[in-house]
Amino acid sequence: MIYNIEYETMPREAIEAIQLKRLKATLDNVYATVPFYKEKFKEAGMEPSDIKTLKDLSKVPFTVKQDLRDNYPYGMFAVPMNNVVRIHASSGTTGSPTVVGYTKRDIKTWSELMARSLAAGGATPGDIIHNAYGYGLFTGGLGVHYGAEELGASVIPVSGGNTKRQIVIMKDFGPTILTATPSYTLHLAEVANDMGIDFKDLNFKFGIFGAEPWSETMRQDIQNKLGITACDIYGLSEVMGPGVAIECFEAQKGLHVFEDHFIAEIIDPETEEVLPYGEMGELVFTSITKEAFPIIRYRTRDITSLSVEPCICGRTHVRMNKVSGRTDDMLIIRGVNVFPSQIESVLMKSNEIAPHYQLIVDREGNLDNLTVKVEIDEAHFADEVKQLQNLSNKISHNIKEYLGVSAKVKLVEPKSIARSEGKAVRVIDNRKL
Amino acid sequence: MKVEQISIFLENKEGRIAEVTSILYKADVNIRALSLADTNDFGVLRLIVDKPEIAEKALKDNEFTVGKTNVVAVEVDDQPGGLHKILTILDEEKINVEYMYAYVPKNVEKPIMIFRFDNIEAAINVLESNNIKVVSNTAF
Repeated sequence: MIYNIEYETMPREAIEAIQLKRLKATLDNVYATVPFYKEKFKEAGMEPSDIKTLKDLSKVPFTVKQDLRDNYPYGMFAVPMNNVVRIHASSGTTGSPTVVGYTKRDIKTWSELMARSLAAGGATPGDIIHNAYGYGLFTGGLGVHYGAEELGASVIPVSGGNTKRQIVIMKDFGPTILTATPSYTLHLAEVANDMGIDFKDLNFKFGIFGAEPWSETMRQDIQNKLGITACDIYGLSEVMGPGVAIECFEAQKGLHVFEDHFIAEIIDPETEEVLPYGEMGELVFTSITKEAFPIIRYRTRDITSLSVEPCICGRTHVRMNKVSGRTDDMLIIRGVNVFPSQIESVLMKSNEIAPHYQLIVDREGNLDNLTVKVEIDEAHFADEVKQLQNLSNKISHNIKEYLGVSAKVKLVEPKSIARSEGKAVRVIDNRKL
Repeated sequence: MKVEQISIFLENKEGRIAEVTSILYKADVNIRALSLADTNDFGVLRLIVDKPEIAEKALKDNEFTVGKTNVVAVEVDDQPGGLHKILTILDEEKINVEYMYAYVPKNVEKPIMIFRFDNIEAAINVLESNNIKVVSNTAF
């Protein structure tokens, strides 16, 4: 079903008229309320009144993740704190995480967009939603939760982990919709299998999966093992959280971006030129209705393309293809964002040195496994095995502590990590995504 | 009296130990005693050699991670209870053994045990005051 027929099936000219009106209001607002944007616009020699058409958006400067870190925690907020009713923070960051806030109206908007997303993915008001996204600072759990309630579905706020208990709940409570990361979904299927339970005998009909990149092959695998229709959901906390874009179950071909709330652009990451529909490049988002944390031309680092071809589901909003990669070296491991530089800072904390290291990501079964190879040096070498094992355990513990991912630490000989042009090859991703 | 032991970090890779022995051979270094501690991912090779300085330099020149540690070489009576006698003394005095390995020299009557202690000075005191013979590098 289409949750908001009026807005989701609006003719493109009408969508664009709304976008322009809302964009202008947003730019006026951030210029007046967020010193960061005012300075940035001034540096670029522009004022909000220069923006007369949607094309003029290309004159507005970009915002990058570092800008959010520099303004930690509340520097990018456009409303006083007593209007903020919710705070979330980005996953898996050391140093300054990126903090985002929501007003009452923002939560209402987000709930509606998540209700639209769940409906696009096959949910209806009578459904029972098993929500296995993590609840907490991560936007996944609460985002789905509020959307489910807005839609009028029943939500089981099971969160992540305790997999066996989840299977029992699935069997006893009879949920019809599953929301989780795709890798955790396959893990659930395996554990269920070990417990002698076939997912196909459960009541699930649809699944809405996201928060990490997944391939078409993985979709087929999930659909076959669970006997459901699986759709991809996209979002990032900097823009709102899950529910920025959603695949419809009718087409399963590209994710509709809710264009009455966000403007999506594709740029060439090198020249920063805006690219036409159909071309691959970096996805950039501008929010046009958010109050607490408006975001202007945010560079997501995700690589994809946009399409305005009409969709069989009836929605008129532009579709983004599945994200095919990143312009930076960020890895998503079990839903947690990991940058090699974060591992480096953990190693420095563990060792008081910056050693040579390499991250190796494998997918064993359905779960991502991170191995961190660390070159041993004379200062840390010992003739006693237990001291070396203490060192690798300490590093492993610190990675878990600071980044929230489990990693196996493997000590290796100096200069054994392959270097190209004198620079160590930091990441080997063996997952076939 | 302490004995100098060199230790080498080795990844579990084919032919790694042979590379060490090849380097030592080319440097004309004779291995007198050795022990290898291994884990899933790596091993630590400990060696007593006739020319520790030359061995250390040759290995470092070939980019091995090399450490030097002082260990204690002790004569053991070559009969039942020989080693037990020494371990009992150490145990009574609460001297902790990190690891140990044996070596049988050519021209000496008694075999030798190499001990690695946390507190090497205390260990030597205890051994010597109990009339256990502690030998030096030159005895090898």
